Amino acid sequence: MEKYYITPEFEVIRNQNRCIACRVCERQCANEVHTYDVDGKIMLSDEAKCVNCQRCVSLCPTHALKIVKNECSFRENANWQSDTIKEIYKQATSGGVLLSSMGNPKPLPVYWDKILINASQVTNPSIDPLREPMETRVFLGKKPDSITRKPDGSIDTTIAPQLELTMPVMFSAMSYGSISYNAHESLARAARELGIYYNTGEGGLHEDFYCYGENTIVQVASGRFGVHEDYLNAGAAIEIKMGQGAKPGIGGHLPGAKIVGEVSRTRMIPEGSDAISPAPHHDIYSIEDLRQLVYSLKESSQYKKPVIVKVAAVHNIAAIASGIARSGADIIAIDGFRGGTGAAPTRIRDNVGIPIELALAAVDRRLRDEGIRNNVSLVVGGSIRSASDVVKAIALGADACYIATSALLALGCHLCRTCQTGKCNWGIATQRPELVKRLNPDIGSERLVNLLTAWRHEVKELMGGMGINSIEALRGNRLMLRGVGLTEKELEILGISHAGE
Amino acid sequence: MKRIYVDEKHCLGCHLCEYNCAYANSGINNMVKALKDKTIYPRIRVEGDEKITYAVSCRHCTDPLCVKSCISGALSIENGTICIDHNKCVGCLTCILVCPYGAVTTGEGGVVQKCELCLKNASGAPACVAGCPNRAIIYEER
Repeated sequence: MEKYYITPEFEVIRNQNRCIACRVCERQCANEVHTYDVDGKIMLSDEAKCVNCQRCVSLCPTHALKIVKNECSFRENANWQSDTIKEIYKQATSGGVLLSSMGNPKPLPVYWDKILINASQVTNPSIDPLREPMETRVFLGKKPDSITRKPDGSIDTTIAPQLELTMPVMFSAMSYGSISYNAHESLARAARELGIYYNTGEGGLHEDFYCYGENTIVQVASGRFGVHEDYLNAGAAIEIKMGQGAKPGIGGHLPGAKIVGEVSRTRMIPEGSDAISPAPHHDIYSIEDLRQLVYSLKESSQYKKPVIVKVAAVHNIAAIASGIARSGADIIAIDGFRGGTGAAPTRIRDNVGIPIELALAAVDRRLRDEGIRNNVSLVVGGSIRSASDVVKAIALGADACYIATSALLALGCHLCRTCQTGKCNWGIATQRPELVKRLNPDIGSERLVNLLTAWRHEVKELMGGMGINSIEALRGNRLMLRGVGLTEKELEILGISHAGE
Repeated sequence: MKRIYVDEKHCLGCHLCEYNCAYANSGINNMVKALKDKTIYPRIRVEGDEKITYAVSCRHCTDPLCVKSCISGALSIENGTICIDHNKCVGCLTCILVCPYGAVTTGEGGVVQKCELCLKNASGAPACVAGCPNRAIIYEER
């Protein structure tokens, strides 16, 4: 009886005049929505299984399919909306915590969309990036505060280890296990071609990808999966993951069903065992403890690699960042509440954390006020959706951005938000071999390179319009931003004026 | 000479190549009109099992057994491409018997048909390659 409480979320509409019964939809749907009725020579569908990933729609050669929201609705109620009602039904049936994937879908404010960028007119010249040089290169790491001289009078040019990026964007952490081998290969190859970095996430680094080490950031998270000396030395930087924007304050849980073969080997845990990342690092209860881990990682990599500390954007983020900047870390990565995930408790994803725009502005200001901004570089993530988001983030004070959802979209993700089922029809968030091979890394890496090449052109165009010819000159340049429809308080936190001022 | 190769690692087994082939060789300019409610006779076939699939079509051998064995002179090599003249084919099916790849098949009327790389139809280049969603069929010089 219980399943009857929940009506299918989507409706599969098949134009029978166009359907040639080629059965591509049937073969491509891991959720088994489509079937062929031999007697009637007709395709049928079971909509209850549909997650609206659009795989069948994309591959249907005659465009005979569309998936729409099921209009069958509960009686309208502004307080008890249909999603809320369905969640109650689900929990009343299962007795469990609701799980969901990817970023917070709630209609909370997107500050990027309320910030506008300046451009030059008459009194100051704009720059045409097609005719004049334009620098998008950035270096991440600790910068010296002043010039120091050696005893012989020459300038001391030694500098803390740096990451060199051709553009201020990197691929954010996604573990091997949560995403497929082919997805990792696509990211690694694209990072190398673009001259940027991708991040292993917490699942270790597959031995096939050690060759991309110069463009790899290796992550150490609370579960310490796949962490060993060679791993720490394989990448260009080491990231300590303290938190994730999609689920601040809690750990991770990769189900045993996904710990198969190579994933189990790479994570260094038995096949079929659940990979549980604890909520805290059990050895970190203070900035001093964090400092110990930062330095033990530096020690194990001969002080040759910058150490990144990644935290979720939460209420006291400015104070937290200030602590991290004093812990010896070279780079702070902050993940906003709209950041993606392969699985998170729905309540946490939708209600915990703060917007990255506010967190970034607050952290940048705090570090400047305390005179420690040069101690660290700032990397921000959590739904950077376009080149203009990148430009706005840089102008608010970031050194670079982390993107992951945008990268997955480039690989074919349609944001159906059911990664946790492991049945990704696009070959991304799955370990089933027949699904993994759907993502050809040749195509995947090419599409990632295309995306970021396009973004780089757009960043240059936007900078040129402002009369700025290097990322360095844009960083923290909040005069280039204006807010629209924001309150005094929001403007104060963002450190920008209202449009018209 | 450019030939069709398959990358079985990335073949999805979706069978789109078969439908694109049948459509390209139908001479009709609308896929629905060409294929709806019809049995298709593609010149490329997806083979394999649940674990591995790959699309098989004519290899355009440099020393083709099918051409050698054709009793009516219907099969010939034109600039490296093995072509069939349907007017000459008598339907003895010897070519099907000798082809080591199983790439020659019978068409709708019982006479033999085979991949001619879409060089003679409106596509101008292999439709299976253009329509493969995962680049598992490749048309290139090796």
